[in-house]
Amino acid sequence: MTTTETGTFDEAELVRRAKSGDTSAYSELVTKYEGKVFRLAKNITQNDEDAEDVLQDAFLKAYEHLDNFQEQSKFYTWLVRIAVNEALMRLRKRKTDRTVPLDEPVDTGEETVAREIAVWEDDPEQRYEKTELRRILDESVQSLKPAFRTVFQLRDIEELSTEETAELLGLSIPAVKSRLLRARLQLREKLTRLFKRKGEDVFAYL
Amino acid sequence: MLTCKEFLQEISDFLDENVDQELRQKLEAHISQCPNCFVILDTTKKTIQVYKGVDAQPIPSDVHQRLMLAIEKKCAARRQTSAS
Repeated sequence: MTTTETGTFDEAELVRRAKSGDTSAYSELVTKYEGKVFRLAKNITQNDEDAEDVLQDAFLKAYEHLDNFQEQSKFYTWLVRIAVNEALMRLRKRKTDRTVPLDEPVDTGEETVAREIAVWEDDPEQRYEKTELRRILDESVQSLKPAFRTVFQLRDIEELSTEETAELLGLSIPAVKSRLLRARLQLREKLTRLFKRKGEDVFAYL
Repeated sequence: MLTCKEFLQEISDFLDENVDQELRQKLEAHISQCPNCFVILDTTKKTIQVYKGVDAQPIPSDVHQRLMLAIEKKCAARRQTSAS
């Protein structure tokens, strides 16, 4: 197996081989990114079955359209766009449930308050096992409202730009920014409850 | 000086270094005098870092197998089309 740990060179090479019909090269790309795509799909659809469908459809569609992929951009960024579109399409199909369309205005105007104010432990993530930490982080994201969750996922987990996020979700730039602000502050609250330094609060600083 | 509420409204852009110099100075002046907002800024920054630092969980093996099977099928179909 070609080492694909880092190195854009290796990845570019894999993409080129996949384009010329090398199935094993494409399988390597899939293996590298399936976890991230599945997490993305799960965080948007909040449903294992839908997430699996999105995962398959995204990789199949990417394979089909591999010739359209411009090699100067990153393969993963290109793949994320496909996966997000698939996930949003699936959400729209689910008409029966109470899902709010992501491009619908949400009230982000209410006061941005911070209730939990406490210093964190040093490297709090070291206190948890990797699996446990992932569970905490995933559950915290999934407890956000869909409108906030998706923006956070794209901006802070997939590291897309504000503009890319706005375009993908059909939102204005100010809408992306205000949702991101709310998402970050809400997650901060949730994590503070777990990560705060015991026996000390902010007043220690006064 | 900015109020805490005003500070919180800007915290996200501040962390993304997406504020002009004048606003940045006001925000910095605020945290130098407001320990609460200093802590909020610091823990919001750490929140983002924690998410960036964690890899996705490996997918369940049955999900992986079904995905690979679907891709193999697709590849085989494509080979057939291009061969004919």
